Amino acid sequence: MKDMHRISLRVNGREHELTVEARRTLADMLRHDLGYTGTHLGCEHGICGACTVLVDSGPVRACLMFGVQADGTEVSTVEGLSVGEELSDLQQAFSDHHALQCGFCTPGFLMLAEAYLAERGSAGSGAATGDGPHAPTEAEVRELIAANLCRCTGYQGIVEAVLATARARRAAAGPADGP
Amino acid sequence: MSVIGTRVPRKEDPRLLRGCGRFGDDFSAPGQLWARVVRSPIAHGHVRRVDLTRVRRAEGVAVAVAAADLPAGLTIPVRLAVRGIDLSGYLQPVLAADVVRYVGEPLAVVVASDPYTAEDAAELAEIDIDEAPAVLDAAAAAGDGSPRLFPAGNVAADFTLGYGDTETAFGQAARVVEIQVAIGRHSGVPLEPRALLADPDPRTGSLAIYGMTKVPVFNRDVLAAMLGIDAALIHVHAIDAGGGFGVRGEFYPEDYLVPWLARALGRPVKWAEDRAEHLVAVNHSRQQSHRVAAAFDATGRITALSDEVVHDNGAYCRTHGIAVPELTVAMLPGPYRVPAYRGRVRVVVTNKTPCGTYRAPGRYEGTTAREQLLDVAADRMGIGRLELRTRNLLGPGELPHRRPMTTLGTDMVLDAGDYPALVAAAAAEMTRLGYREQAGRDAGTGRLRGLGVAVFLEKSGLGPADTADVTVSETGAVRVLSGGTSLGQGIETVLAQIAADALGVGPEAVDVVNGDTDLQPFGTGSWASRTTVVAGNAVHKAACAVRARAAQLAARMLEAAEDDLEVADGTISVRGDPAVAVGLGDVARAAAPASPYLRPGEPTGLAARRRFDVTHMTYPYGVHAALVEVDPGTGRVRVLRYLVASEVGRAVNPALVEGQLRGGAAQGIGGALLEEFTYDETGQPQATTFMEYQMPTAAEVPPIDVLLAQAAPAPGNPLGVMGAGEGGISAAGAAVASAVRDALGLTGGVARLPLTPQRVRVLADTGRDSDAGLP
Repeated sequence: MKDMHRISLRVNGREHELTVEARRTLADMLRHDLGYTGTHLGCEHGICGACTVLVDSGPVRACLMFGVQADGTEVSTVEGLSVGEELSDLQQAFSDHHALQCGFCTPGFLMLAEAYLAERGSAGSGAATGDGPHAPTEAEVRELIAANLCRCTGYQGIVEAVLATARARRAAAGPADGP
Repeated sequence: MSVIGTRVPRKEDPRLLRGCGRFGDDFSAPGQLWARVVRSPIAHGHVRRVDLTRVRRAEGVAVAVAAADLPAGLTIPVRLAVRGIDLSGYLQPVLAADVVRYVGEPLAVVVASDPYTAEDAAELAEIDIDEAPAVLDAAAAAGDGSPRLFPAGNVAADFTLGYGDTETAFGQAARVVEIQVAIGRHSGVPLEPRALLADPDPRTGSLAIYGMTKVPVFNRDVLAAMLGIDAALIHVHAIDAGGGFGVRGEFYPEDYLVPWLARALGRPVKWAEDRAEHLVAVNHSRQQSHRVAAAFDATGRITALSDEVVHDNGAYCRTHGIAVPELTVAMLPGPYRVPAYRGRVRVVVTNKTPCGTYRAPGRYEGTTAREQLLDVAADRMGIGRLELRTRNLLGPGELPHRRPMTTLGTDMVLDAGDYPALVAAAAAEMTRLGYREQAGRDAGTGRLRGLGVAVFLEKSGLGPADTADVTVSETGAVRVLSGGTSLGQGIETVLAQIAADALGVGPEAVDVVNGDTDLQPFGTGSWASRTTVVAGNAVHKAACAVRARAAQLAARMLEAAEDDLEVADGTISVRGDPAVAVGLGDVARAAAPASPYLRPGEPTGLAARRRFDVTHMTYPYGVHAALVEVDPGTGRVRVLRYLVASEVGRAVNPALVEGQLRGGAAQGIGGALLEEFTYDETGQPQATTFMEYQMPTAAEVPPIDVLLAQAAPAPGNPLGVMGAGEGGISAAGAAVASAVRDALGLTGGVARLPLTPQRVRVLADTGRDSDAGLP
């Protein structure tokens, strides 16, 4: 007898109601029940990070969370980053810096970086005034993305893309960094 | 200006960035069932019983089959047969019947309503195996006293390549240097696990397949032969693939089981492996031990080279047969002037996962062995490491150089280049970038710095042929149907650039389809750094033919002489009179049936199919340099700087070539320091998650400097391209080993890769006598 639960959640701003087995992972639910196949499964044990999505704005590994635990939450997946065919600034930076080859790990890196950039942008008033948190350094971005695995690129393009997006967002938000 | 050589944005990027890629597990069919493979938990033993009674009774199970339920005697054939060596006694059965030979070997397969149910049901299988001693050490397995895995013995092949009189050369040498080097068992491990969907059409008996990559036409033909149906009934669809690196897309047992089950059940069957399965089921690679020696004259010139290789092949000979060990010994002399050479390799079966190719197969291993040897020899003779190499490199005047051997059935003709010039350029780049200065700096707190360098010779563009179709539609859109496959390398962009260049259109007007067996039934796939070379030149030829045909038809439409026409930006116009012009789409309409511009007997459509044939490979080359810091207390090695200098003939898209080189180097650093499939004494695999199989993260891979050389266009193809897929990894084991040896001040070699903290600590403690080899 399967242990089924009725849940509701928002994915990329859209309401979903569904019945899901208690043991079904959030990743399988997103991919196979709701059709968000942009979230990828690389290991199913929480190491590779390809399945990273945002739950209530925080990055989680969708293979380590059950679908029922997402009841009542707001989930963001890679499909929600772009508007139609228009790439987001971060997605465009990934292309510009050759930050992807096979693209399988890419949704996880995009969501991880998006959460990081959003958190920094909203930390205090720094992004708006230019005197808050310093611009991310290469070392900080490397430490961040060391959370996930990429087998194709050697990571250099990913680091550059995240740094470039951080710089562009700060520049757009307010005065340039001081010396 | 030609679009070839420019950094065109990748055509693949938008779909992949938006989450719209379609990878293996993204395909589903209405009414599909899910398969789960039951694998052997024992490394070696006789199968007494595989009882699926409880599996079949489980709710949601459609069918469960063991070897006895399949057609008898099915084995996976060799794709790359070389040297006429018969491996028929060592092939892998689709399901093990009487004997299991590695943990993870398929014993049965269960099909159920969903993947969770299938996995639960598979656990109910009752397996009774009479366990036999596991054979795990290849050198010991080759000896007489070892338990046998197969009736014919544990040595599946034993052969020697070479030329010249090595015996005399070693006897008369001023100096002989010999070392032992072992390479650890590791593999490609793409981030996407394998997945397969087989969807039968009961009306026609045909079968749609999603998930076969790399060599889809070959796999289609193998599957057709095993199922006993015509190959035209099987349609392998093009999909996105999450990395290949040699392992993905070879024909594995599941590639038969899933389609066979779908046909038997008359329903779509899907299978998606998990990572634990992947790490024991998909081809391993690399595990070899080398006893390599060189004879030198008094001036440090090599007079002979020899190598004795033991190749640990795992439990069966799979699709690559003995291609990896053959390439190992064939490529061992590398870019050097070697008057006499002898390379012997014994291919030994053991109770571990079977092996196949992993990016730069045989070269990663052989380059590590040879370059370690040269480092040790340089020190012993008191010659600089780079100087010793420069003295022995073939000079530009000596190329093309015919090496009296064959590999993969082709004569070895090192075709073009200036090896010493690239070594000098790399040395200058190391100085310019501060490598030497940083190497000399005191790292502090007892840490030691070392600088390593290694020279490699690669091979690429293996034939015999590839085929491409280029079609222009009435909107002027160009479609390329290529025999390559998209494994993540960006080949759609590269082929679009090649077609655009020949046709005089922008690459955005070109759409490339790779790996669909109905659209391109003659494709030979993407492997061996061959696609840009072989498929690329096929696209070039087909696009040139379309351009010539377009000019012929445009001449009729414009009532002008063909010689007076020029093609640019998708338009054909009369030279000097740009108003008199037709678009490529107009020409396509003029080639439609019943067009007044078509002459009797002429084919309809603006399209061409062309084949590019090659008889010889083309040989890229380059240099790797690594700056490392070793903590002798913990044994930890950090790579601080890394340089890849690589000659590629002509870079169709330099950004993509640099990406290949950087990504390859990252993988190579992984194999040099971190990644290893280890086993306990009973043959239980110890690396079955990413906790134990450690792939490098951004914390382990430094920024990688690239010196991209385009000084030696390949003479054997119109585009002048050499392959670029493997130069980034080829010498990475060698360069890291060289740097660690330098840091620790070893007199011998590092003995073994990967240089894990435990091994580095032993080297640091005993290092001045490291020739003895390490456990």
